[in-house]
Amino acid sequence: MSIDTRPTAAVPAPRVPAAAPGDARARRRRERRFLHRDKWWGYALIAPAGLGLAVFYLWPVVETLYYSFNDWGAFGGTTWTGLSNYRTLVTDPEFWHSLGNTAIYTVLVLLGIPLSMLLAVLLNLKGMRGTGVYRTLYFLPVVTMPAAVAVVWRWLYNGDVGIINQALSVVGVHGTYWVSDPATVHFAVAVVGVWMTVGYNMILLLAGLQSIPQDYYEAASLDGAGRVRQFFSVTLPLLSPTVFFTTVLSVIQSLQVFDLVYLILGANTGAGITNPAYTDGETVVMLFFQKAFYDNQRGYGAAIVCALFVLILALTAVQFRLQKRWVHYG
Amino acid sequence: MAETTRRGSREGRRWPAHLLLTVGAVVTVFPLLWEVLTSLKSFGESTRVPPTILPRHWDWSNYATVFSSIPFAHEFVNTLLMTLLRTAAQLLLCSMAAYAFARIRFPGRGPIFLAFLAVLMVPGELFLLPQYQIMQDLGWLNSLQALVVPGMFSAFGTFLLRQFFMGLPVELEEAARLDGANPFTVYWRVALPLARPGLLALGILTFLWSWNDLMWPLVVNTDPAQMPLSAGLASLQGSHLTDYPVLMAGSLLATLPVIVVFVAMQRHFIQGIAFSGMKG
Repeated sequence: MSIDTRPTAAVPAPRVPAAAPGDARARRRRERRFLHRDKWWGYALIAPAGLGLAVFYLWPVVETLYYSFNDWGAFGGTTWTGLSNYRTLVTDPEFWHSLGNTAIYTVLVLLGIPLSMLLAVLLNLKGMRGTGVYRTLYFLPVVTMPAAVAVVWRWLYNGDVGIINQALSVVGVHGTYWVSDPATVHFAVAVVGVWMTVGYNMILLLAGLQSIPQDYYEAASLDGAGRVRQFFSVTLPLLSPTVFFTTVLSVIQSLQVFDLVYLILGANTGAGITNPAYTDGETVVMLFFQKAFYDNQRGYGAAIVCALFVLILALTAVQFRLQKRWVHYG
Repeated sequence: MAETTRRGSREGRRWPAHLLLTVGAVVTVFPLLWEVLTSLKSFGESTRVPPTILPRHWDWSNYATVFSSIPFAHEFVNTLLMTLLRTAAQLLLCSMAAYAFARIRFPGRGPIFLAFLAVLMVPGELFLLPQYQIMQDLGWLNSLQALVVPGMFSAFGTFLLRQFFMGLPVELEEAARLDGANPFTVYWRVALPLARPGLLALGILTFLWSWNDLMWPLVVNTDPAQMPLSAGLASLQGSHLTDYPVLMAGSLLATLPVIVVFVAMQRHFIQGIAFSGMKG
């Protein structure tokens, strides 16, 4: 049961024998990709998905941008206020606090990637047995409903009867209320974040490892490279595009974290927020959610997510810029 | 014989790897196992210091209490309908559009495809406010439509399947084309059956995402009877119910279907993740 990473889709295999290249033939090949020329069929097949995406996704982006320059009246009317929401944003300590929390979460979750890499390398060892079982077990947290994840971790972290503190007390350490102590909340939440993403990143990295041709190792071993040397001069460079991709994806997803933190911090109480460490754990998307749907400050909420979008784009661009320094495309 | 001995010794040398992987797996599975065990303890036993590992008295009543605490059956049906309808719609609509992008030449194809890709890049929260507004304007708040309709369309799914169609050999479709079949027939009869692995991967991923989707249901359906389980459990945890064994019983019941689907179809599932991850 190996992962199929043949480039079936992204890189279409040449369908015509590559022999005798010529302009006419190349053109014919290009033409052949399009089986049909009937434009009305094209429009008809695209219309349902295209219209749905336009109405529910594409236009809403424009609208959200527009909202962010407006104030939202109590009865739904909007008034243009220019950059006012953004001015509020840069002076709002809660926004900066949530941004800081989100950044800490993102960095801590990134620390899980070496762990995923270790697991993937172990699973990829020649002659390993039982890899299917390990893969299933490590992947279970990825598919578990966030509500089910949050409830058990809150219980594990419980200050009085949680098993973590009970275990610590055996060795004489007096544990805290992990998720309601401002000193530990970042760490406590990030541990769950890592727990939930290790299996996912492991699968991505394993697919990358399996696509490294075996010949490279054989060549390296003929040149007298040992195991460790092989890892650093064959595996790591050839895996670097996958590591890069996993990192980019992880950053994008962590910056938008909501479900997990929202549920672990117990933000969903009807009686208001009772967790004393709430603002020390609150993420940007949680703040957006609060402002847009509870405090009825939709313009401000829109400004928050627009700012987040710009931040994500910028960080992704920086990562792409920096990849030249460490990513090898063979 | 020599071969088996060599393999045997190699397997023998793998024990440090197995040790590490097993320790990791135990740490990974422990919280879920603890959830199962806690859900079978009475509230009193669950708070005992020092804790009991196995329940002294296997208390199944927590599972019954779930049904009286939230409209579980209702929410289960909501979740099932939301998930199945979204998945079915995405498979149909995405594959239609994907086929057109992959195989039909028409004016505007490039720019339209770029528009699809643009949606793929945007974080989901940017859609939320206007989508909510649309639901409100249509009078769809607290309805099944609200849970289903925006989730029927997917740029990701279209992109995934387009890549898949482009990787398929075109000869069979050409033959059908020469027999006079129209593009829809070629798509439906020839290309779609060939794209089964891609459809399966998209279907499973959509199933999982929909089943666990939380933010959108929290926004549109605030009536407990109209919520899916994800939101129902979130509000149950938020209410003053601090009976953790009951909360865990409910959570496990809610998450069980996804785990079953995952374990049963994990090869396709993991392929889908690796595929979409690598190429997305």
